[in-house]
Amino acid sequence: MSKQFKNPTEDPLWLKLLLGAVALGFIAILLLLPLALVFKEAFADGVTTFINAIKEPDTLSAVKLSLIAAAIAVPLNTVFGIAAAWCIAKYDFRGKTILVTLIDLPFSVSPVVAGLIYVLVFGAQGWFGPWLVEHNIHILFALPGIVLATIFVTFPFVARVLIPLMVDLGRDEEEAAATLGATGLQTFLRVTLPNIKWGLMYGILLCNARALGEFGAVSVVSGHIRGVTNTMPLHVQLLYDNYDYAGAFAVAALLAMLALLTLALKSLLEWRYADELAASHRH
Amino acid sequence: MSAIGLKFAAPLLKRRHVLPGFRLSLGFTLFYLTSLVLIPLLALLLRPVSLGFDGFWHAIATPRVLASLRLSFGMAAAAAVIDSVFGLVIAWVLVRYRFPGKGLLDAVIDLPFALPTAVAGIALSSLYAPNGWVGKILIEYGIRIAYTPWGVLVAMIFISLPFTVRTVQPVLGELGQDVEEAAATLGATRLQTIAKVVLPMLVPAILTGAAMALARAAGEYGSIIFLAGNIPAVSEIAPLLIITKLEQYDYAGASAIGVVMLAASFVMLLALNGLQAWAAKRR
Repeated sequence: MSKQFKNPTEDPLWLKLLLGAVALGFIAILLLLPLALVFKEAFADGVTTFINAIKEPDTLSAVKLSLIAAAIAVPLNTVFGIAAAWCIAKYDFRGKTILVTLIDLPFSVSPVVAGLIYVLVFGAQGWFGPWLVEHNIHILFALPGIVLATIFVTFPFVARVLIPLMVDLGRDEEEAAATLGATGLQTFLRVTLPNIKWGLMYGILLCNARALGEFGAVSVVSGHIRGVTNTMPLHVQLLYDNYDYAGAFAVAALLAMLALLTLALKSLLEWRYADELAASHRH
Repeated sequence: MSAIGLKFAAPLLKRRHVLPGFRLSLGFTLFYLTSLVLIPLLALLLRPVSLGFDGFWHAIATPRVLASLRLSFGMAAAAAVIDSVFGLVIAWVLVRYRFPGKGLLDAVIDLPFALPTAVAGIALSSLYAPNGWVGKILIEYGIRIAYTPWGVLVAMIFISLPFTVRTVQPVLGELGQDVEEAAATLGATRLQTIAKVVLPMLVPAILTGAAMALARAAGEYGSIIFLAGNIPAVSEIAPLLIITKLEQYDYAGASAIGVVMLAASFVMLLALNGLQAWAAKRR
């Protein structure tokens, strides 16, 4: 009798167990094991060793450089994301589809290629190379190059969250505000921003995580000068290549904690503001 | 509508945009996009022109370069297929089954997005080295992952997994179960329903996820170089060869590989747009 009332869309138990075991096993081996190893290696000799490794002057300067690069790149990409989403969502114009595709382009470009293009523009053999040398301006192997590479790899993050969100929200509210005499800035701050603030936070969060963690693109343009142009991820490589595993895993653990914090905040935003973020997930 | 209403509405309708800021937002978007992304990319695309076709071909058609391109794209394709299968299983388990700790498992999927690639690289390298937690077990069966081409594959599977899960998951979630109920009432077994009713509806999402995974894996650098051993023509990926050539001031050689990789990115971006248009039409 019970068979008659079985939910027809429910998988049989054996299938549930099989798929569950495969999914769980794959995630555990592929994702959780490396994460566990980072923390195990970092704290193998106790918390004091970990803290001492972080307190190395070169490590601290790498942390500082990463924070500075992100502090420049993330706000710039945020302003760009808002401007791009505003013009794409609020107006009709020709070539919009191409514009959206071009904004997404940096996502599909290899990070190393992202670094390479700036070498071709600003490097000694590049377009502006001789001019820059003449005027003693340093872009490559210095902070500007690192910031440029970081901007490129994190370029679409904020725009990509905001565009679908603002397209979904439509223009009615803003147009009503404008008709009632609000200025553009007033309309944005009082009407648009409250509607998109959590989406904006979400985009900034992802942008920031990538900016702090970028390796390939920054590796090409940084020059790897220890204590000067080494960001946190580059410092991990330097320490690892010099067989300073304790140091490498200490910095790696710091970055992993940052990644876990990002994931926690991301999940919180997704859970708390699911409706608002839904638009960005459908695309 | 009354005559007065029309009289007031007319100026609004005539103006192309009700909201202010069109020129400002589009102008800034285009300026930012052009100066930071398009012009630098152009610098790369124009390099082969200065090389001449023969020079370009000469730079590409060396055994070492061809082997690196084959390795990057071949392994990326393999990783995309493997991730598509496991990504589908994971998405299925996350959407259809209820179990404790599901939220946590869901959040962990994005770890490869959030974890800096250098951290993933040293963790995977230590894990799969012959004396590592996993490498130790595999070596007993004669399987070597670290410092072989298989290391490239493992790192690619790691970094590309979120793409395949995250594209299938929302589509599966929005899929109505009525068709499955219909199939069940018509006498299909559960497995028949999954294979012949549910999976065909997921094909566009699976293909989109696979294409994104392929694009990401082919361009990946950070997580691979620690694990692969980087033996020329054996386990040396194309992005690494770009960096090697740059370090030898071989700009022409580096740009030639860069152009090939960029062309591949364009093709994959077009394929993705095509896929999305196809999926939208099917819906």
